[in-house]
Amino acid sequence: MSLFRIFDISGSALHAQTVRLNTTASNMANIDSISSSTEQTYRARHPVFAAQLDEAEEAAAGVDVLGIVESQTPLRQEYRPDHPLANENGYVNLPNVNPVEEMANMISASRSYQANVEVLNTSKQMMMRTLALGE
Amino acid sequence: MGIDFDRALRVHGQALALRSQRTELVAANLANVDTPNYKARDLDFKAAMASAMGAEQPLKVTHAAHLQTRGDQAGELLYRMPTQMSLDGNSVDAEREKAVFAENALRYQASLRFLGSRVQGLLTAIKGE
Repeated sequence: MSLFRIFDISGSALHAQTVRLNTTASNMANIDSISSSTEQTYRARHPVFAAQLDEAEEAAAGVDVLGIVESQTPLRQEYRPDHPLANENGYVNLPNVNPVEEMANMISASRSYQANVEVLNTSKQMMMRTLALGE
Repeated sequence: MGIDFDRALRVHGQALALRSQRTELVAANLANVDTPNYKARDLDFKAAMASAMGAEQPLKVTHAAHLQTRGDQAGELLYRMPTQMSLDGNSVDAEREKAVFAENALRYQASLRFLGSRVQGLLTAIKGE
């Protein structure tokens, strides 16, 4: 019965949105992680989603998290000569996290998560009613 | 004159199978609401139901080399026409999918209710009380 597959599909979406929320939390937590070298500076991380290709039925697909990529936008540099981590020119590197983008991402992820929980709940109810058929 | 179970239960049974398939499709659309390049899919319930009920008869095969038309109950899967395209190539409209999902769940439960009362009716007829 195909209703059972909804648990896989919506479950994969819940997992993907959780990963997205986790990266957002990590980005927001590290928004002020100052570093002296550009290599060691934290860069904003974002997950890459892809539909799970189902060879057998090629119809309904869940979500896969292909991986987490670091943002390639340039780091912010600030002139703070009195900072202990400042380089020889007096600059410190700040992460390239955009807080507005992260907040929008967070709201979108939480909305999608809620929608998928709702789908799971409704499907569960439908299955329970089906099981009680003819009673 | 006996009770024809197939005739008594068939319509709603088929409807339930198609409704559950559609539930799965819409759930997949909602799951992929943030997936780049994902295209929302759905099935034409009316056409799928007609084909499942045999309104669309498969062609008669008189030779081994003849191609068989599809007579199975799985309706053709279609792509939903997007109301507005997004920049990442995703065509899922979350609000629309939620509405479709709610409507589909409601109709599933209606079919279920019909089927349940048919079973009750048959039970009454069998018991003869």
